[in-house]
Amino acid sequence: MIPTSRQFKENAGRALKDTELQKALFRVDKNFTERRARAVKNLPEFESLRDQGVAIKNHVLDHLDHYLEVFAENVERAGGQVHWCSTAEDARRMVLDLCRSVNARSVTKGKTMIGEEISLNPYLAAQGIEPVETDLGEYIIQLADEPPSHIIGPAIHKTKEQVSDLFLEHHRRYGKTKRLTEGEELVGEAREILRPRYLAADVGITGANFLIAETGSSVIVTNEGNGDLTQTLPKMHIVLASLEKIVPTLEDAATLIRLLARSATGQQMSVYTTVSTGPRRPGDPDGPGQYHVVLLDNGRSKLLGSAFRDILRCIRCGACFNHCPVYASVGGHAYGWVYSGPMGSVLTPAIVGIAEAHHLPNASTFCGRCQDVCPMRIPLPSMMRHWREEAFAQDACTWRERMAIRGWAWLARRPRSYRQVARLVASYLAWRGRPTGRIADLAFARGWTATRDLPAPAGRTFLDLWRERGRT
Amino acid sequence: MTRDAILVSIRDALGRGPLGAEARDLVSEHIRRHARNLVPDRGNVDADTKVALFSRQIQETHATLEYVATTDDVPGAITRYLSGKNLPAKVVLAPALAKLPWNEQPLLETKVGATRGEDAVAVTGAFAAIAETGTLLLTSGAESPQTLHLLPEHHVVVVRRDQVVGSMEDCWDRLRAQGPLPRTAMFVSGPSSTADIELTHYLGAHGPRRLHVIVVDR
Ligand code: SF4
Repeated sequence: MIPTSRQFKENAGRALKDTELQKALFRVDKNFTERRARAVKNLPEFESLRDQGVAIKNHVLDHLDHYLEVFAENVERAGGQVHWCSTAEDARRMVLDLCRSVNARSVTKGKTMIGEEISLNPYLAAQGIEPVETDLGEYIIQLADEPPSHIIGPAIHKTKEQVSDLFLEHHRRYGKTKRLTEGEELVGEAREILRPRYLAADVGITGANFLIAETGSSVIVTNEGNGDLTQTLPKMHIVLASLEKIVPTLEDAATLIRLLARSATGQQMSVYTTVSTGPRRPGDPDGPGQYHVVLLDNGRSKLLGSAFRDILRCIRCGACFNHCPVYASVGGHAYGWVYSGPMGSVLTPAIVGIAEAHHLPNASTFCGRCQDVCPMRIPLPSMMRHWREEAFAQDACTWRERMAIRGWAWLARRPRSYRQVARLVASYLAWRGRPTGRIADLAFARGWTATRDLPAPAGRTFLDLWRERGRT
Repeated sequence: MTRDAILVSIRDALGRGPLGAEARDLVSEHIRRHARNLVPDRGNVDADTKVALFSRQIQETHATLEYVATTDDVPGAITRYLSGKNLPAKVVLAPALAKLPWNEQPLLETKVGATRGEDAVAVTGAFAAIAETGTLLLTSGAESPQTLHLLPEHHVVVVRRDQVVGSMEDCWDRLRAQGPLPRTAMFVSGPSSTADIELTHYLGAHGPRRLHVIVVDR
């Protein structure tokens, strides 16, 4: 997907005025956060499991080269193949070559964020191979020709009415001419339309929540079972995964699985958690004849040695999205790339570059909720702060931002001038706010005053008040 | 080779060369020992409590459940399930269950083997069941086609009491005791569902719409 993160401000402005989107975002905030809180409360060991999850991933990252080699060996031992790809382009081409090797005409896809990251669908389509998304959310946004707006619920920004319209428009060619209004019916129709597609597909492509070094397995977690149909019915199964998905053992996977579903949807376990190892065995009556893992770096190995290394612990649960006041206001599309929310604000600049994504680390109030709920205890706010510094250092911010930051730095280092300026500003604002105590329009703060009043300060600075009360 | 380039890039970032023999051994030992991490206490209970815990929790995920005394009672339970749901008396069986006394149900039509979606009701066994979370473990293999676990609208799973374990870790132990992992080991907690439309929960997204569990006492 071509990033549009540069337009974050414009995107966000539009999102704030989109009433349907605002309703959808309210649902996210309410549903996910309450369910997660309940799930966490029901597992007394949750905090200790978080610590262990962090330790497992840190250990893997320290020895990533070795675990990847062990993983690859074990995939091959089980009859599969691993394809190492440095860039998105390498990975796309590899998937295409694999599809061509079995003369594939259509592929079914389970939800894969890496597939989005490398823009696989348009690429395959341009080569005459039809990609069919099977996760209901992904299917909906494929029909709408939109990117996902949330890593767990790609279509949560769509209302039921919008889904009804999309289905009516696109299912006409299957002879479905009635506009459905009940959710139950919509789910049923998607099931009916997609079932033959699963059976007809030549290749099934899934992502992986984990790759297990010990056994050479890939693990997917879904509620719909679409990923399982995708990886079972075609003659070839391709797993798309990035390097850092590795965990050492089945036991380590169990620990992370306990964290994942609870953090994501508040379930103890998602409906389906499936460990796949290699292709169909002798005697197996079903399953794919070939099993391939396309292993993508796309800049991650470099991150290992950077200040952003901890983001590689991310298990893509979406909890940080669900608890973020900025995400809850603007939704996922505003971020302009595959990954949104706090996690996207850290990862996107690392992959598409800070020049493109310099707005994202600013899309934070630094309230810290993301870090509080992140099962992998990733210090998201401090990494966003780090990106801000990086953006400044690399000249990625605007002239006005630079001047403002310079001016602030100058002032903050000169306490006497600082106090004088603060005093001036405070009394000016207090004067502007008379008689209501509110300011309706302020030249340098139109971003704020365009939509709401700015409360006027008391007129005297804190230090002045402090001194006046004799507390020096 | 891309593989080497990636490995070198990782090592550069980590500021070291390839792991020395000693470090490699340590890491390999971590895999060989595959020690358990913290396992929640909840599943650490006696056998009867495990069965009760499993039963309660899987029903909370919208599955239904019943108990029968012996495996010989399973065909009768299936007939009752079908007529209770107004379904045609026709099922596809996992080969593992083919030896049950199906002929005692003369009106029930059975076939054995994998499916391509033409069957409405599948009856299969399980490899294990987990008390901690109310989860079934279904493995693929000659005796248990994976398509039966996914394509039919109704999936009936027969579990013996002694298959109910405490945790996922207990499942790993049992799987390892069998040899290499089967092609798929699928943990199932309830019927297929989705919340992709307005975050409302609907059953029967792509997999089975109904999941029925029969727990066999002996
Ligand atoms: S950063 Fe943490 S909370 Fe956010 S998706 Fe990743 S693991 Fe989940």
